[in-house]
Amino acid sequence: MKYVPTIGIECHVQLSTKTKLFSEVDNDARGKEPNSCVSPVDYALPGMLPRLNGEAIKYAIRAGRAMHCNINAFSRFDRKHYFYPDSPKGYQITQFYQPIIGSGFVELPSGTKIRIEHAHLEGDAGKLTHFSDYSLVDLNRVDTPLIEIVSMPDIHSPKDAHDYCKELWRLMCYAEVTYGDLYNGNMRFDVNISLAEEDAKELGTRAEIKNLNSFKSVERAAEYEIKRQSRLLDAGEKVVQETRGWDDASGKTTGQRSKEEAKDYRYMPEPDLPPINLSKEFIDAESAKLPLMPDDYREKFNQKISEDILEILLDYPSLMKKLNEIDEKNVKSLSNLFASVLLAEEKSAEYLNDLPPSKDLNELAEMNEKKELSSTATKEVFLKLFDPQMKGRGAKNIAKELGLVQENDLGALQKIVDTVLAKPETQKAQEDFRNGQEKVIGFLVGQVMKESHGKANPAAVQEILRKTLTK
Amino acid sequence: MKTANKTVSAERLVKDALEKAKFFADYHIFTYLNEEGALKKAREIDAKIKKGEKVGRLAGVPYVLKDNFLSPEGETTASAHILQGFNSPVTATAVKKLEDEGAIMIGRTNMDAFAHGSSTENSYFGPTSNACDKERVAGGSSGGSAVAVALDIVEFATGTDTGGSIRQPASFNGVYGFKPTFGTISRYGVVAMASSTDCIGFFTKTPEDMDLLMSIASGQDPKDLTTLPDYYNNAGEPAQVPLGHAVAPARRHGGRAASTSVVTCGDPQVNLRSARIGIIKDFDNESVDPEIRQALKKKCDELKKNGHEIVELSMPNLKYALAAYYIIVPAEIASNLSRYDGVRYGFRSENSKDLEALYANTRDEGFMPENKRRIMIGNFVLSSGFYDAYFLKAAKARTLIIEEYKKAFSKCDFILTPVSPNLAFKLGEKVNDPVSMYLEDVMSVPLNLAGIPGLTIPVGKSKEGLAIGLQLIGPRRSDKSLIEFAKELA
Repeated sequence: MKYVPTIGIECHVQLSTKTKLFSEVDNDARGKEPNSCVSPVDYALPGMLPRLNGEAIKYAIRAGRAMHCNINAFSRFDRKHYFYPDSPKGYQITQFYQPIIGSGFVELPSGTKIRIEHAHLEGDAGKLTHFSDYSLVDLNRVDTPLIEIVSMPDIHSPKDAHDYCKELWRLMCYAEVTYGDLYNGNMRFDVNISLAEEDAKELGTRAEIKNLNSFKSVERAAEYEIKRQSRLLDAGEKVVQETRGWDDASGKTTGQRSKEEAKDYRYMPEPDLPPINLSKEFIDAESAKLPLMPDDYREKFNQKISEDILEILLDYPSLMKKLNEIDEKNVKSLSNLFASVLLAEEKSAEYLNDLPPSKDLNELAEMNEKKELSSTATKEVFLKLFDPQMKGRGAKNIAKELGLVQENDLGALQKIVDTVLAKPETQKAQEDFRNGQEKVIGFLVGQVMKESHGKANPAAVQEILRKTLTK
Repeated sequence: MKTANKTVSAERLVKDALEKAKFFADYHIFTYLNEEGALKKAREIDAKIKKGEKVGRLAGVPYVLKDNFLSPEGETTASAHILQGFNSPVTATAVKKLEDEGAIMIGRTNMDAFAHGSSTENSYFGPTSNACDKERVAGGSSGGSAVAVALDIVEFATGTDTGGSIRQPASFNGVYGFKPTFGTISRYGVVAMASSTDCIGFFTKTPEDMDLLMSIASGQDPKDLTTLPDYYNNAGEPAQVPLGHAVAPARRHGGRAASTSVVTCGDPQVNLRSARIGIIKDFDNESVDPEIRQALKKKCDELKKNGHEIVELSMPNLKYALAAYYIIVPAEIASNLSRYDGVRYGFRSENSKDLEALYANTRDEGFMPENKRRIMIGNFVLSSGFYDAYFLKAAKARTLIIEEYKKAFSKCDFILTPVSPNLAFKLGEKVNDPVSMYLEDVMSVPLNLAGIPGLTIPVGKSKEGLAIGLQLIGPRRSDKSLIEFAKELA
């Protein structure tokens, strides 16, 4: 039997605000001791009250606008209750009834539009690490602001599920609301999947796969789930509504919790936080601060950068931002360098965090343009611009220091050519050339390059050689 | 308020208070006596006075703290087993404001655990006795604080009022007890009972002292987003409304001279010399103790004689208040008590073999039966499938009650009612009958649902010598004029 899969995705995005959603504590716990970024509000001392971080509201507006969503002028918080050591208050503060971000859509590169049902603000939970007979609790992540983005069930293939997650990631990175580090859980995906017969009017029973943290695992889990459910339906069995876990190593999902065992979260309006009332002016002002989005770059650069390279570079918002800053005439050559040299470099991840100043990149592109640098030398200097030890010295200085500037001065080149042609070991080649053996010019150019310690512009050298030998 | 000065030292004031506290030990007022800490602070203040340095408006005034206010002095337990061993690293905003003015905490007072109760019998430390009759309850939940002021151990005490927990014990012991408009005093650092109805307030012997304390403790706090702008202290500034004729000679408010002709008032202009006083006829029935009804009648006659107008009000929707209260409040209680899990602070049950057991045992052993009852009710009314039928319906009833008060205050300036239907009852009398205990709150809880202020005014004694109090109620943000009016009545 042929089935149509229907997929809905909930995505949690950790916001990169300076402080937490409900306290003034550092929100960036990267590389910090466990339980060092925690205030009495976060670890739920008695009598502590949440204080809302206004920055998170601004981030939510930007995130919402990146997905073409309406921003709700009125929204409020609710409590979602459950007992677990990762939740010190015994409840999560979320927006169950009236979220801040309304409906919108995300357009995939293929042109498919996935509608957004809503997105809401909430606090993250802490992290537990389990050992054989004990577990450790780290509350650094407690009440890191999250937005949870809920899609409509508009996705019908694992590929689209993958592309949707990736596009969401791009949008959130371009909106500058998250560090976007998937490995460290900055974005996490819950995928629910159901199958229905092709002409069925209703959706089938769905299973939800929680906590996926890569686009690939979203795609693979969806593929696996479609196969699993198809087999069940083909055999006349029923799909159970349940939460399933994904094991990346075995490539399988396994049942965790069925509907009967589902938790009752006992939602309740959060009485410690007044509702959020946003003026139209405030929403408009924040919306206007949305940086350029992938589509804006596609439109802007489609004449200068080939589509393949553009799609690669779009995964790196910092590079796109840089390309937008540098002189227009240099965009083409630098985008090639970004794609073919920088991204191939093993330290590229580190380099991407801190790009060189635009003026250095412009300088490099111009030296290359003026043939002051060979293409090999250009690549070498280009990488040095990112090197923490060389950074800031400028392309010209680095090229000089490394002795990579090409000799373009025709007079100087003529002198070198003359020296080489006076050498006894080049006499035979000169004779052969005059006798019509074109190929030997290569040997002669090589000799000149050697004499110049590689600094001569080979094209110019060849030209001078020809002129001198045919004089 | 008797403050320390060059002739009467803070040390003297504190020593006297501590001595009295010990003298009345068998009333079980205190969960902690802060002898060393209080004396140390007193000496610091005395040193300042000696050097002629500036001291606060409450310099050297001893006071007691209800056991649910966080401060590093003594364990903050809310008189609950589950918080035993909890030394707070933070200080409640209200406590900080009092101490910044030089007040000295001499002890923490007994209460119903987590403020769940109307008699202080639900304390892990056992009940507190009534100041008028040792065989009777102190009222609650702020029983210890009320008795400490009634017995003159201190001139003021802090309290919290979620459904009457300040006004009822004030009434049972014959002192002033004030529950301000919701959000007047920061709740930061006060163990939460029900967030949407919890109010911080005080017990005093006079309305003047109440006025001073309110001007010190009130105000917006960035640590509590539900606090209101600092309107209480603004006497004399533009936001106020003029009073008909002069309110007597200039009084001092918070150390500043207040204008003689204006008083802070949220709603209508109030003429404190000829105010319109509403009485609720729905409350005037056999379920109310005859001596209380008589006291109310007597007060009304007195008011009429003094040029005030008595307005009869029908407020039928108030009958929903108790039911709505005992849905909304347990829901918030269940939620607010979720954090007591034995993982991070306070009591933890031993010998639990897994996480589930750790939670279950800690909470089973750590909470009082009344705490558990409310947690169960709260979780029930919030559970999926019941939310609309209970919590949402109660929230709608709450709106009706707010509207009912708005309507009433279009006809009168203040409302005068009993605080509770009964005088202080016998220890043990109602402890096994939760519904009759809840009925004690029938006249106090509507204010908490509406967020409006109420002040218990002591009006005399019963034939048996029990204290009788009446409750003066004003519209939202009428706190200042309410207290001014109480001064008129005193």
